[in-house]
Amino acid sequence: MPANLLDEPEVGYESKQATWTLNFGPQHPATHTTLRLVLEIDGERIVRAVPDIGYLHSGFEKLGEHLTFNQYVTIVDRKNYISPPMNEVAWHHAVETLLDIELTPRCKYIRVIIGELARISDHLLCAGAAALDLGGFTAFLFAFNTRELIYDIYEEMSGYRFHPGYTRVGGVLYDFNDRVLGRIEKLLIALPKALGDVEKLLMRNRIFLDRMRGVGVLTKEDAISFSATGPIARASGVTYDLRKDEPYLAYPDFDFDVPYATEGDCFSRFHVRMEEMRQSTRIIRQAIDNLPGGPCNVPIAEKFPLPDKGTTYNSMEGLIQHFELIMPNRGVETPRNEVYSAIEGPNGELGYYLVTDGSQVAWRTRTRPPSFIHFQLFPHLIKDHLIADIVAVLGSLNIIAAELDR
Amino acid sequence: MTTSSTTSDPSVSAEADPHAGTLGKLAGRFGDGVFTTSRFRDNLRLHVSPARLFELLSSLRDDCGFAFLAELGGTDFLGYPGWSRARFQVHYVLRDLERNERLTVLAGVDEPRPALPSATPLWEGANWMEREVYDMYGIEFRGHPDLRRILMPEEFAAFPLRKDYPLRGRGERHNFTRLTRGES
Repeated sequence: MPANLLDEPEVGYESKQATWTLNFGPQHPATHTTLRLVLEIDGERIVRAVPDIGYLHSGFEKLGEHLTFNQYVTIVDRKNYISPPMNEVAWHHAVETLLDIELTPRCKYIRVIIGELARISDHLLCAGAAALDLGGFTAFLFAFNTRELIYDIYEEMSGYRFHPGYTRVGGVLYDFNDRVLGRIEKLLIALPKALGDVEKLLMRNRIFLDRMRGVGVLTKEDAISFSATGPIARASGVTYDLRKDEPYLAYPDFDFDVPYATEGDCFSRFHVRMEEMRQSTRIIRQAIDNLPGGPCNVPIAEKFPLPDKGTTYNSMEGLIQHFELIMPNRGVETPRNEVYSAIEGPNGELGYYLVTDGSQVAWRTRTRPPSFIHFQLFPHLIKDHLIADIVAVLGSLNIIAAELDR
Repeated sequence: MTTSSTTSDPSVSAEADPHAGTLGKLAGRFGDGVFTTSRFRDNLRLHVSPARLFELLSSLRDDCGFAFLAELGGTDFLGYPGWSRARFQVHYVLRDLERNERLTVLAGVDEPRPALPSATPLWEGANWMEREVYDMYGIEFRGHPDLRRILMPEEFAAFPLRKDYPLRGRGERHNFTRLTRGES
């Protein structure tokens, strides 16, 4: 709640002049990740907040200039570690745009499915943690419990729970099998129930509503000026979603809506995320029901995908192709050019500005990190709020420090 | 809470050049010689000199409807095969939210003392992105309200994403002073 009460004239002149400095983070349970805020406070009212970031700066973009397109997928996983498959889809979408590779229909559907799973996984954590920070522990447990089912899907499809490293140039690591589809069915049954539970706990909860409604209001003009995207922009009335506005992969095939709100406060950001999970469930349902057959990766004659182990060991073409791609002095031809390509990540526009020089390794892999761009909203949103509102606003922005600092 | 279900048909954009209107408007506004265009895949790029960059960006924002700065970043082309333009390049990806049009503005900037006009008067969002370019490449943005390092520590002397900064080595840890508890 904006602390306008503290501006009343009976507050003494002296206390208005004397502001305190409060250090928040970098190790603080409510920041969730490693980031620091230096707050100038007048009583409980925040006069100025200065974010200090870079604690998790790991040189991911520099590493991208020294790893091949398939190797770098392990690094992009670690950027937004709440939704790793979405980073992989974004990265290889950029590479495939640059190399002009047209994916097979089955692969497009698989990437849509893993991307939407990542979106659900991200929003579940964000919505759950929003409640946790405000004291609602049970809602967080309902949300987090459901995330385990998504980790089970990752494990089944790729062998890794946390950082699947699942996509490859021109395809994915392994095709979906029946066990993966079975696990996704399990999630599709459990998720609506979990969302219902979370909403029942929070949507009519007086404490939750009072601490979220009208807090951290972002106007539509500011959202555009601050380059906000994703649920944060959509909660402020910017109905901009790359899945609709610049359709990629198989998104034109699906019937789904883009939820938006106009209030722009913490609660509408929470509400938009809850609704987006329902829309993602719709997309996954349609994708599973209409999953095309046929090959998953582009044919090995196209020289891009790494052949699977069976093809490598049992056929001459596969062995040659594997050798050509793996040996350091060989590989695919890349253009000497640059391209910007973006997809709709859970947090907003997740793009790559990719420059190649003809070799196997990118010259420049600039990430457009939504967390970085959204965190500069924070001093603007938190001004004149109370200290207790910091966790509400921070939680609603969904800052992932690994992506923030890269 | 409401939902919008406006679907945009991807086949429409394939027939005609989606950028024709913008390019026509810009040609009328600037004439020849201010910018050159190039295309690759679905990207339209406008190459512009640092001197006319701000003018082009503000015209794109105010007259052509590109109200949204989607992305800003830098690249170092030192040692790039066959490169004849300026060493550094800063890209601005702009988006028209009404017509779903996207274009990239590229500005080359050379040593010594690479500097560009800041885009912060046009977009608040440019603030941190320009600070990151400054931090990583040492490109100054004139007129920026708060041009400090953002990811690296204040006392860091090098620009780590430049191509002449090595990936491996001893690191920088020995260059930093150690604070004791009493000093902190």
